[in-house]
Amino acid sequence: MMATSYNAKEEDGHRSGPSITAGVSTDRSKKPDNTAFKQQRLPAWQPILTAGTVLPAFFAIGVIFIPIGIGLYVTSNNIKEFEIDYTGVDTYSPCFNCSQSYSWNSTKPCTCVVSFSLDQAFEGNVFMYYGLSNFYQNHRRYVKSRDDRQLNGDMSALTDPSKECEPYRKNVKPIAPCGAIANSLFNDTLELNYIFLNGTQVQIPLSKKGIAWWTDKHVKFRNPGGNNSNLLPVFQDTTKPINWAKPVYELDITDPDNNGFINEDFIVWMRTAALPTFRKLYRIIQKNSMMTPTLPRGNYTLHITYNYPVRSFDGRKRMILSTISWMGGKNPFLGIAYITVGSICFFLGVVLFIIHQKYGNRSKGAEIPS
Amino acid sequence: MNVRVGDIIKLENNQFVAADLLLLSSSEPHGLCYIETAELDGETNMKVRQSLSVTSELVDPYNLAQFDGEVICEPPNNKLDRFCGTLYWRESKYGLSNQNMLLRGCVLRNTESCYGLVIFAGPDTKLMQNSGRTKFKRTSIDRLMNTLVLWIFGFLVCMGVILAIGNAVWEKEVGSLFQSYLPWDPPVDNFLFSAFLAFWSYVIILNTVVPISLYVSVEVIRLGHSYFINWDRRMFCQRRNTPAEARTTTLNEELGQVEYIFSDKTGTLTQNIMTFNKCSINGHAYGEVIDTLGAQSKRGQPLDFSFNPLADSDFCFYDQTLLDSVKLGEPPVHEFFRLLSLCHTVMSEEKSEGELVYKAQSPDEGALVTAARNFGFVFRSRTPSTVTVQELGRPVTYTLLAILDFNNIRKRMSVIVRNPEGKIRLYCKGADTLLFERLHPCNQDLMNVTSDHLNEYAGDGLRTLALAYRDLSEQQWEDWAERHRGAERATDCREDRLAAVYEDIEQDMMLLGATAIEDKLQEGVPETIAILSLANIKIWVLTGDKQETAVNIGYSCKMLTDDMSEVFLINGHTVQSVREDLRKARERMMESARSRDGGKEEEMEGWAEGCSLGNGFGSGAGGVGGGGGAGGADWQQQENKQPDPTPPPLPPSTLLDSISGEYALVISGHSLAHALEADMEQEFLDTACACKAVICCRVTPLQKALVVELVKKHKKAVTLAIGDGANDVSMIKSERHPAHVRLGIGEGGTEGAGISAHIGVGISGQEGIQAVLASDYSFSQFRFLQRLLLVHGRWSYLRMCRFLCYFFYKNFAFTMTVYDQYFITLYNIVYTSLPVLAMGIFDQGIYTSVVLFFVPYGVLSQAARNDGIPLADYQTFAVTVATSLVIVVSVQISLDTGYWTAINHFFVWGSLGAYFTILFTMHSNILFSIFPNQFCFAGSAQNTLGQPVVWLTIALATVVCIVPVLAFRFLKLDLKPQLSDTVRYTQLVRQKKRKPGGRGGRGASGGAGGLGGGALGRLGRAGSRRSGYAFAHQEGFGELITSGKNMRLSSLALATFASRHSSSWIDTLRKKKQQQGPGQPSGGESSPASIPTAPLSTSSSLLGPQDVPAEEPAHTPLGPAYSSAVTPTLARSPGADSTGGWAISLGAVQEALFGWRGVGARVSGASSPGPPPIAEESSLAE
Repeated sequence: MMATSYNAKEEDGHRSGPSITAGVSTDRSKKPDNTAFKQQRLPAWQPILTAGTVLPAFFAIGVIFIPIGIGLYVTSNNIKEFEIDYTGVDTYSPCFNCSQSYSWNSTKPCTCVVSFSLDQAFEGNVFMYYGLSNFYQNHRRYVKSRDDRQLNGDMSALTDPSKECEPYRKNVKPIAPCGAIANSLFNDTLELNYIFLNGTQVQIPLSKKGIAWWTDKHVKFRNPGGNNSNLLPVFQDTTKPINWAKPVYELDITDPDNNGFINEDFIVWMRTAALPTFRKLYRIIQKNSMMTPTLPRGNYTLHITYNYPVRSFDGRKRMILSTISWMGGKNPFLGIAYITVGSICFFLGVVLFIIHQKYGNRSKGAEIPS
Repeated sequence: MNVRVGDIIKLENNQFVAADLLLLSSSEPHGLCYIETAELDGETNMKVRQSLSVTSELVDPYNLAQFDGEVICEPPNNKLDRFCGTLYWRESKYGLSNQNMLLRGCVLRNTESCYGLVIFAGPDTKLMQNSGRTKFKRTSIDRLMNTLVLWIFGFLVCMGVILAIGNAVWEKEVGSLFQSYLPWDPPVDNFLFSAFLAFWSYVIILNTVVPISLYVSVEVIRLGHSYFINWDRRMFCQRRNTPAEARTTTLNEELGQVEYIFSDKTGTLTQNIMTFNKCSINGHAYGEVIDTLGAQSKRGQPLDFSFNPLADSDFCFYDQTLLDSVKLGEPPVHEFFRLLSLCHTVMSEEKSEGELVYKAQSPDEGALVTAARNFGFVFRSRTPSTVTVQELGRPVTYTLLAILDFNNIRKRMSVIVRNPEGKIRLYCKGADTLLFERLHPCNQDLMNVTSDHLNEYAGDGLRTLALAYRDLSEQQWEDWAERHRGAERATDCREDRLAAVYEDIEQDMMLLGATAIEDKLQEGVPETIAILSLANIKIWVLTGDKQETAVNIGYSCKMLTDDMSEVFLINGHTVQSVREDLRKARERMMESARSRDGGKEEEMEGWAEGCSLGNGFGSGAGGVGGGGGAGGADWQQQENKQPDPTPPPLPPSTLLDSISGEYALVISGHSLAHALEADMEQEFLDTACACKAVICCRVTPLQKALVVELVKKHKKAVTLAIGDGANDVSMIKSERHPAHVRLGIGEGGTEGAGISAHIGVGISGQEGIQAVLASDYSFSQFRFLQRLLLVHGRWSYLRMCRFLCYFFYKNFAFTMTVYDQYFITLYNIVYTSLPVLAMGIFDQGIYTSVVLFFVPYGVLSQAARNDGIPLADYQTFAVTVATSLVIVVSVQISLDTGYWTAINHFFVWGSLGAYFTILFTMHSNILFSIFPNQFCFAGSAQNTLGQPVVWLTIALATVVCIVPVLAFRFLKLDLKPQLSDTVRYTQLVRQKKRKPGGRGGRGASGGAGGLGGGALGRLGRAGSRRSGYAFAHQEGFGELITSGKNMRLSSLALATFASRHSSSWIDTLRKKKQQQGPGQPSGGESSPASIPTAPLSTSSSLLGPQDVPAEEPAHTPLGPAYSSAVTPTLARSPGADSTGGWAISLGAVQEALFGWRGVGARVSGASSPGPPPIAEESSLAE
């Protein structure tokens, strides 16, 4: 009221302005512009946390979240997952010997066979992961120890890798691919055999294509020298990483599209994990065209070429088989979290409603008629 | 202006005195000159200064150039009312006192010109000595921010240490084993060194918690707020064409925190214009009843005084009946105005026929005489023994027999005149209380009626004055005149004797009526004060005015009201009496508090008493008084009697704070001097702070500063000082403890001067711009304070607080969730461009970051994409967390935004949009192919954000972050709604009822309006209270007039000069001065004895003392510069000079106070051709 009355006066003054300011008529009026912005009169919406808006919001969150959570939980439960640890910590485990004879560069590969059985048949595409525990791929020094220019096929970076790669930058010759990540490439080989009831074994075909991001495979990682299938001359001035048994251009000799830097196993490894316990996609078991499940229930053997030493840092190696749904892999956490949060919201809504009814000191007459 | 010590300066009428001058001579007889000291002490009445008689003859510039006296004086100090020095000239010694000094900041009035010798210049002047140095001010938010930043830095170091220890443990336990995959960097050979390095890495990585950009952002926000203040049309003064100006950007949010306002009166609360508003003549009230609110609407056209060629065109009166009565010739009305035209000490000046200019000592008198003038009783001229009045066109000359002058005790003045018919009559005007006692008993009925009118006027806050006359027979007059002469001749107790004689004659008077003068308040002052006090802001008025005036103004601007339980007056002159007064005031408050509580809390009661006595004890300990000591004894008894010692001893202030009755305290400068002493200041402060309004009158500039300082020191409150003149500068920026916020009211209006009236260069209308220059904000009306404090201050504060909280929140939330270096960089850029409003607390920040980490952690650690690829890789995780963070923070800011304008929408949605745009750009293939090493996140965005799981995760994280906040806020709002929330709510409801989707514009201003409404309801009440008449002037002029000393020579030549008291007036003046300023050692030297006894007749016959040619070369041993001759009237056209503040203010034309015609001001520069001058402009501009 006050303000408006002053305002009116001002407006009066404004109209009769010229006569009043006759003495200073030569001066430009210094009256500020009457714009909504300058006068802080911009049209505005003022949200207020009233019972009429907050409580329905809580209930709405509850109503939305709980079904989603249930859906997620059910979906997640329908996903089949199998996990087996083949580190060989215990003396009776088949890989114990291999894990004991630790060497990066042993010329003679150590193999072991782990047998297991699936209780349920796995249908659809089945994904085979290797999992590592206690492996700090997220360590700051580890994460940065790579040269993306080199991996993108830059010739100058190939022969002169980034400083970030130290101490895996040069081994007399420049190392390709350089850095600690590449150096510690996971190099176990896993093969899966199905044992028929009659005892015969059949190797399950594992697809090694499509395990990396498309962008990684086609954008981020490129072999130097373009699509040249003969990588040897390109990499001749470089040397293999210290821990590797073979140079990068021999990662997959059979398939030039999967060799060198664009080897998908390599790309997958190079996408560093965020947590010390992680899994990485190893192979995909394409579903059969036949009616049989991809992995029927029964006994299997996992043939491991044990190259990757993890015992030194108390690490674990796992092999995981999993099916997938629209929302990805098995993930009970999300469903439970949704249900929990939804319930809490709903509960809070009820509590708040009661509090509001009992103690809210706003007169009910003033309630917004919504 | 190169004014240096030792220069001789010529000053002309209405000019500011540029330095502390020793008055040498003036154009007026006897070296008299009149000054207005409003700049110095706020008093607007004129004061007389006189030069030494020996120098008063030096009128000719040539003679002045020969002047070679030597002045030895005290060092520069800040005492405005005293000066002591000695002039050695021509082998004799002359004592100098304050009476001879023109201090810098005064304005020369009523004097054509004068010459002065510069004693102090620049920073040595008393004015400048009174104003302190400026100090950089910080707001409480600044201080909070600084401490917070320090704490955060500490937090950062702690985090660094903790994380480094963690790192050491990890490196020892795991890292050392992990070396085959991740060897240590070459210089690192053990885990401890690694931890050491990790510490620094963490400090660097986490440095984003330390809000470096905070300061910049805060400054940007403040700058914006300052612009909003400058842009505010409601703080624009049309009349003066001055918008409000925020002269500093740093204090905006402090405006919302002000608890104490220290205000000057003259020019700040009042316009310093007196208007004759109402009168009561013979029991009939004239002047319409103006409702204070609807004034504009009810007021009709002002009366047309065109019948009277001598009328003052500026005078406005609205009641036609009064004019009719005059025209009808009602005898009481005529007598009423005759009295007004005769009984005063105003001087008139008639430049040309009909062009009358009145020079009144006080604006009250000027207003009264002007009123009489317009109603046809024109005071035209006076001589020492006659007064010529044009009564309705007919010139009548009265013989002035005596002036019974005003003084503080008498509170009235009378004149005794003989009209042309030979009848002798005494006219008296004065404070009603005193006058009514001296009326003839037959006036009883009239007195009652008039008394009612007076009450009414007083209730409106008008200054009232009762008028009466008495017919005297020739015999009575003769008898009395004889006694009067006897009393005048008396050497001892002359004052008392005179008073007694005056008392004798002022008896059995016949009441004529009463006048009501309005000390025009500035527009909207009462409303503003009411609203400010509703906002619990305490207002202290610090003024140089008299107590009566100050109290009057206090009433008229509703600071003091009749609703108040009690108004305490403290004007003791001794330490003891002040202490006693304060104690009594406190006791009174306690008593009423006690009676109100009805003894429901006995302990409280006991403590109340104890506390008041406790103070007495304190004083007793101070060794001051026996009374205090007795109090102390009582106190101890009290303590002994107290059986239950459990309640902790409350400090008296808290108890006094709890007093809810409305009290006011009026304290005079003398008492204040005692009250501000170290041992009493706490007492004073406690008492004063318990009062709702405090008025300190007769205070010096330094005391103003001390009071502000006192409150600042003891109360942890934000203070604001508002003033307009140089005398307020010290208050506005006091040296050690400057007021938190300084305000200057710029009265940038200049009439006809042609100076562009913008603040900082234009001079103020009534007082200088020095307050503006020293201020942080300036505007031209007091009422804008309301908007500045309650709207801008509030908004600034809220916005700043929210911004700070939000800023810390986002920094914390963010730092804990860092993954991508570009995200780090962009986060602050994108978001600091969005300094809107948000709130959050540290816990919340950490909470958010924890949620933002663990929710995705929980989800993604096991999740795989729908093509089987795990989602737990580092880059996916980073993108998810970052996106969640941005969304959470945006939702948070949306929740905190109480006021959604298009700009808010733009920024919130814009920042979200910007985030996604930048995210996809950064993660695009193209950028990667150009800079593979820099943009290694290629493809992360599309790979991540294409996954439903990721979005589910983000939604989950957002909800988990927001729900607690939402619930908490809702509960707070629902259970403990704050006023602003309620206002907003009701507004919303009202709006919805009015029309759905209506414009929702007026948030806080509407709130202020609501408050205003409440205040207005209270304002309407006007109680019955008798206000004492407050003369705003000093005694002393009456004698001047009757002695004829201040008469123009021309008029003197015509006059029949009565040489009755040729020089005794100076004598009395001087005596009074000496009494006022005791301990003035050399006052006797320049005693009136040295004044020639009959100079008047001589000089008048000689037609001015412009001769005495002296040939010897001038040398002033005072200054470093070999002084130059005075350059007479170095005319300087106003406005042509643009060298800055002081020069312009000197060169500018002043609007004369009482409607005097503005005389083109001229600067008579006494520029010395010597070495480069002291740049005093700069010192002033500070």
